[in-house]
Amino acid sequence: MLLAVLSGFIFALGLAAFGRRFKGRAVVLSALLPFGLFAYFLSLLPGAAAGQPAVYRYAWAPSLGVELSFHADGLGLLFALIISGIGTLVFLYSAEYMKGHKYLGRFYAYLGAFMGAMLGVVLSDNILALFIFWELTSLSSFFLIGFKNEEAASRRSALTALGVTGAGGLLLLAGALLLVYVTGTYSIREMLTSGVALPEHGLYPAVLCLVFGAAFTKSAQFPFHFWLPEAMKAPTPVSTYLHSATMVKAGIYLLMRLSPLLSGHQYWHATLITLGGVTMLYAAVHILFRTDLKGILAYSTVAALGILAFLIGIGTEAALLAAAVFVLVHALYKAALFLIAGIIDHEAGTRDVTRLSGLGRIMLPVAAAGFLVAISSAGAPPTFGFVGKDLIYEATLHAGPWSTLLTAMAILANMLLLYGGFVAGIRPFAGPLPEEFEKAHMPGPLLWVPPVLLAALSLLFGLAPQLLEGMLARPAVAAMVAGQPDFHLKLWHGFNLVLQLSGLTLAGGLLLYWLFRPSLRLERRIGRLENISPKGITEGLARGFERFSGWYTHLLQSGYVRRYVFIIISFLLALVSYRIFTSVNLYIDYGRISSMATYEAVILLLMLVATLIAVFTDSRLAAVAAMGVVGYSICLLFVFYSAPDLAMTQFAIDTLTVILFVLVLYRLPKYLKISNTRGRLRDGALALAFGMLITVLALEVLNEDINREVGNYYAEHAYVLARGKNIVNVILVDFRGMDTLVEISVLTVAAVGVFSLLGTGLDIKKRGEK
Amino acid sequence: MNTIILRTASNYLLPLLLLFSVFILLRGHYLPGGGFVGGLVAAIAFVLHAFANGLDNTRTLLRIHPGYFMPLGLALSFLSGLAPILRTGRPFMSGLWFDGPLPAIGLIGSPLFFDIGVYFVVIGASLTIIFTITENA
Repeated sequence: MLLAVLSGFIFALGLAAFGRRFKGRAVVLSALLPFGLFAYFLSLLPGAAAGQPAVYRYAWAPSLGVELSFHADGLGLLFALIISGIGTLVFLYSAEYMKGHKYLGRFYAYLGAFMGAMLGVVLSDNILALFIFWELTSLSSFFLIGFKNEEAASRRSALTALGVTGAGGLLLLAGALLLVYVTGTYSIREMLTSGVALPEHGLYPAVLCLVFGAAFTKSAQFPFHFWLPEAMKAPTPVSTYLHSATMVKAGIYLLMRLSPLLSGHQYWHATLITLGGVTMLYAAVHILFRTDLKGILAYSTVAALGILAFLIGIGTEAALLAAAVFVLVHALYKAALFLIAGIIDHEAGTRDVTRLSGLGRIMLPVAAAGFLVAISSAGAPPTFGFVGKDLIYEATLHAGPWSTLLTAMAILANMLLLYGGFVAGIRPFAGPLPEEFEKAHMPGPLLWVPPVLLAALSLLFGLAPQLLEGMLARPAVAAMVAGQPDFHLKLWHGFNLVLQLSGLTLAGGLLLYWLFRPSLRLERRIGRLENISPKGITEGLARGFERFSGWYTHLLQSGYVRRYVFIIISFLLALVSYRIFTSVNLYIDYGRISSMATYEAVILLLMLVATLIAVFTDSRLAAVAAMGVVGYSICLLFVFYSAPDLAMTQFAIDTLTVILFVLVLYRLPKYLKISNTRGRLRDGALALAFGMLITVLALEVLNEDINREVGNYYAEHAYVLARGKNIVNVILVDFRGMDTLVEISVLTVAAVGVFSLLGTGLDIKKRGEK
Repeated sequence: MNTIILRTASNYLLPLLLLFSVFILLRGHYLPGGGFVGGLVAAIAFVLHAFANGLDNTRTLLRIHPGYFMPLGLALSFLSGLAPILRTGRPFMSGLWFDGPLPAIGLIGSPLFFDIGVYFVVIGASLTIIFTITENA
């Protein structure tokens, strides 16, 4: 199973290497990968149905609690099958849709990586692994939305999507860690069976907020929904795959997965019902104002996601069953509608529904598929959509005291979904064929077969929903409720209230479809409200933040080294002296200070004189030489206090510094006063204050009792363990060798930095000479 | 800095200082010294040569850009850390020693190679920085 999840990434890496050769037949054949995965997941189904799901564990980073453990239960497999199944069709479809694109290999690499990440999300048992895969889906989605990276709008919407879903990802990490803290395990399965009554725990509201934040951003719930319609800038296969069928359902998946653990409290149910309800109605009403096919589909997707959240919020077994079935219903019909929209765009060159009509005469199979999925989205018999919608009404009708209101909301949302489905699936094909589209022709089979297949599945599952019952629906629901779920999927339930409500929905939706005409005028009118929409507000915040950081950066980043040094030292001075004078008892223990020998006094005097020369001389070279004297004097002090290693190094460094200074300064004018007296006084004061601070610190350190344990250990073991007599060297190359390794890496980075910043290295000069 | 004394002296000093730097590098395990100081001394030797004879002459002498010493040294240090894993399966960076001292050289183990790596990185980094800055000054 590890291979199954990682194969997408391996595929992507392979394409990164051989992307240029990826064209023609190889592209079509690449669909074998998701198809193979689909077959593999199908083979896991009987195990999950029997309550013996396949499990795979691999300790990835055991010290962090991260384990790659995959667990293919009913719920995970439902999503995995959708991901790999729709993935197969999208891989095929893109082969034709993106044919001849310059970066085809890159496109498939992103798709493959996304598929791997998404499978990881739905199959991971470890909650940290889930988080990692979750972030990977956001990242691959970013690349796919911004795939047309030469367009500013694409780049912008990719950033919006990344910003929203990335923020959600961070919330997920925090939520996951809280869950781990509360339940004491990283495994989601163990969390669910741990018996911890989370709703009674004090951290429950926090966990809930974080999990909701993650799920709502990913699944485009109000008020985070705006990234999804924006994301429609992506190529249509991407919209199909990520933004209708799979990725946006990751949040739903998370809610479903954690529902047994988190549900049961008013917070959970009320929040989900309210926000899900608001999302579905808000987005459903928005459908009316859109004229772009993909825009309509985007909003109807948001509405569908709202319905899902709403159903999870109701939380009864019937509602969860309805949610599980609706996930599949929606994936089937919405993916098909997107694929059809792509075909229309590809052949007719426009997605404007006010202009499209009569295409059914040219592409009959596509029109047939469009019709089928439109009635599935409308929830009319005999399609799978009807089964799904019945289950939704069944769930809302038995949802307790608010059932009437909830049912009414569901009916309204469904009417509008019907309208959206009909506009996208039927209107472009119906009526007479206008002249401008006469040149459009039937697309190749790679384009029309995938939506037809999806439509056929919608019909098949509608006619025979019992096909799904035992293998898929029952294990999926079993993962969300306690005990064995008891239900039967049927197309026909007899003449009951639910059927009447279905009829009402159909009638209302059809009426809307006949009477209402989308127009650009309406779309513009609602465009004016953008400023107060969540999107406008978020963008305003982002702009403000950008301006603030610009101001802040200008404040500190002057580009002058002396200014940086000034700021750093003043800050350090303020911070350390505050700490010292507020909380440390200052005194000098004269007993610990050894008396000073004559040669030491001489050296100190030497240093003092050299310092004064360096400060007051007018000659640069003299200043450098004086600094060198200070350095060498310090070396001598090291020698006196028996630190020969340090002295040697310091000596070498000082020599190098002086030479370097001389080499550089040699070219500059010899006598020059750079700063005015005021500046010099200010710098002098700062330098004196800093020197005093260091003195105080040094004296204070003497007062502390030094812990010699580590030093003694090194001294005792240097020869025994590391066979060296020079402890300093043994520490450097053996005991703390890792530090040294990192240090020399840093040194290398610094040298490379200097080399590249100053630009003209040896090679460039040589090139210039040639 | 075109004095004939310094120029003549630096021609003799360069090999002497380089030899001295190797000496410091090798004695490091028992006595004051080691790869870091050794590398600095070697760098000083080259810088002194450049000081007296001009940068271009030193470059010709070096043949390769000093920057190449850095990856060489890093690789050496890293491999010496890796060796224990490959040879005995012990953790990264644990010391690996030959059993007896070799004649005339002494005891050889992975820390020695680690130190030689440090030596090269220090030479490479300091020479790269100094040469680049000098060139652009």
